[in-house]
Amino acid sequence: MASEPAEPVRPDEIKAIPVRRPGRWVAAALILYLSAALGKSVATNPRFEWGIIGHYFTSSRVLQGLVTTLELTALCMAIGIVIGILLAVMRLSPNPLVSATSWLYIWFFRGTPVLVQILFWGYISALYPRLSLGIPFGPQFVHFTANSVISPFVAGMLALGLNEGAYMAEIVRAGIISVEEGQTEAAQSLGMTRLQTMRRIVLPQAMRVIVPPTGNETISMLKTTSLVSVIAVTDLLYSVELIYAVNYRTIPLLIVASIWYLIVTTLLSFGQYYLERYFGRGTARELPQTPLQRLLRTLSIRHGV
Amino acid sequence: MVKAESVHKRFGRLEVLKGVSLEVQPGEVVCMIGASGSGKSTFLRCINHLERIDAGRLWVDGRLVGYRQSGDKLHELRDAEVCRERSEIGMVFQRFNLFGHMTALENVIEAPIRVRKLRKRDAVGQGKSLLEQVGLTDKIDNYPAQLSGGQQQRVAIARALAMKPKLMLFDEPTSALDPELVGEVLEVMKGLALDFRTTMIVVTHEMGFAREAADRVLMMDDGRIIEEGTPEHFFEAPREERTKQFLSAIL
Ligand SMILES: Nc1ncnc2c1ncn2[C@@H]1O[C@H](COP(=O)(O)OP(=O)(O)OP(=O)(O)O)[C@@H](O)[C@H]1O
Ligand SMILES: [Mg+2]
Repeated sequence: MASEPAEPVRPDEIKAIPVRRPGRWVAAALILYLSAALGKSVATNPRFEWGIIGHYFTSSRVLQGLVTTLELTALCMAIGIVIGILLAVMRLSPNPLVSATSWLYIWFFRGTPVLVQILFWGYISALYPRLSLGIPFGPQFVHFTANSVISPFVAGMLALGLNEGAYMAEIVRAGIISVEEGQTEAAQSLGMTRLQTMRRIVLPQAMRVIVPPTGNETISMLKTTSLVSVIAVTDLLYSVELIYAVNYRTIPLLIVASIWYLIVTTLLSFGQYYLERYFGRGTARELPQTPLQRLLRTLSIRHGV
Repeated sequence: MVKAESVHKRFGRLEVLKGVSLEVQPGEVVCMIGASGSGKSTFLRCINHLERIDAGRLWVDGRLVGYRQSGDKLHELRDAEVCRERSEIGMVFQRFNLFGHMTALENVIEAPIRVRKLRKRDAVGQGKSLLEQVGLTDKIDNYPAQLSGGQQQRVAIARALAMKPKLMLFDEPTSALDPELVGEVLEVMKGLALDFRTTMIVVTHEMGFAREAADRVLMMDDGRIIEEGTPEHFFEAPREERTKQFLSAIL
């Protein structure tokens, strides 16, 4: 070995000239040019009829449609998540009959178009004019007429919710499987029951894997609810359809609906970000910064604080 | 406290335990050594009924593990009863298995609250003093990912102790740790063995720990206990050829 270093000298800080990236500048210029051109055409083409869009954007019929769409999305996702968890747990059950039932459900609902399912529920009264609760082939306790219980809204909700359950089941199952076996064992060795282990230990940790695709499903559901217009549920899309059926302002009204869908999707994306942050706790040494925190930090670095 | 009579366990066609018999007295500390795959973990898991045994009998504190005997018939215990049996036995795993979404304190109070139905305030009080006992007073609000391996394992020990178990099982509690962290965990375990006279079965290859804390050492090989004796016996005059080989490999 060489002799010991005499005096540790701190080397100079590195001041290197950054690599030049001309490609980035060309791309940026191109994108800027294209968006300016697009923006000008959208703003000045009279056929977009921005006045009409502004007029209908907050009209009460459109807002009511929006509320219906939001309700439908929330209810369908709620049904989907509950059924999804149930099916996922059933699917992992040691009882073969139970897991086969779950498999069959998923097979059926994923295997048929959701539009067909919506139509089926919409016409359920043709299939079952009277519904009753009771013992099969035995006495019946309560009777309803199908039309009184299953309004178009309920039909749409059931169709989309039950269908969503099949997709959520796979998402939840992937989440449950992602949790290490050791977690279950530790919980069991402490004397926790199967249900407690699932609810308190496994599912909360599965959430980290479940939340991102569920956010995705919710955003997708928001737009899929527009399919219920086929059974005359006055959601956002059907509301604007009803309006332009009378005044023929088709394009502007479709733009009204699109802008609302975009706004809600944006809000949902924010919500998803914070949910992911919440369920990611304990997995990272430090929570990731929120966009706001990141912005503040960037600004403060710029100002040399 | 623990009594095993010719315990057999198969996984498919592979027979892992081929007749293990053993008796552990209350307050006794027993160390188990043996080569990888010899069935040590499996035996511990059978005591906790995480695995069901195929033949033989296993008692903890005078009660049959996993079954109830009436006459000459064995009845399987219901889930709730199995849970009650397990809640009286603490287990510490090689890979810690702390609940990742809970802080150190939450890990410790979870089972007392859910299983023992302790009030939250009491569980927190007890949890804090247990974490103090394992030397982690300033880490109670940290998540497992924010703790070193040694600290995680000490939390895991506190979590098991929070159930006031009659028996503690340790499955290679230090073999996933960096060498400089092994000492702090063994220190806690020694405290349990010598100060609290906890009944313990410890699978470990830390012969220093065995020498200081164990009353008895068992050598497991190929699903059987092939030799047992005091730690001194193992250090000075192991009888079996297999034991000599194994000890010379790990010491
Ligand atoms: N769930 C299981 N299914 C099938 N085989 C298993 C299972 N668990 C353990 N085994 C097998 O049983 C044998 C004994 O395993 P065990 O984990 O008890 O060994 P061990 O003595 O603890 O070894 P180590 O020192 O590596 O932990 C091994 O051959 C292992 O492959
Ligand atoms: Mg093992």
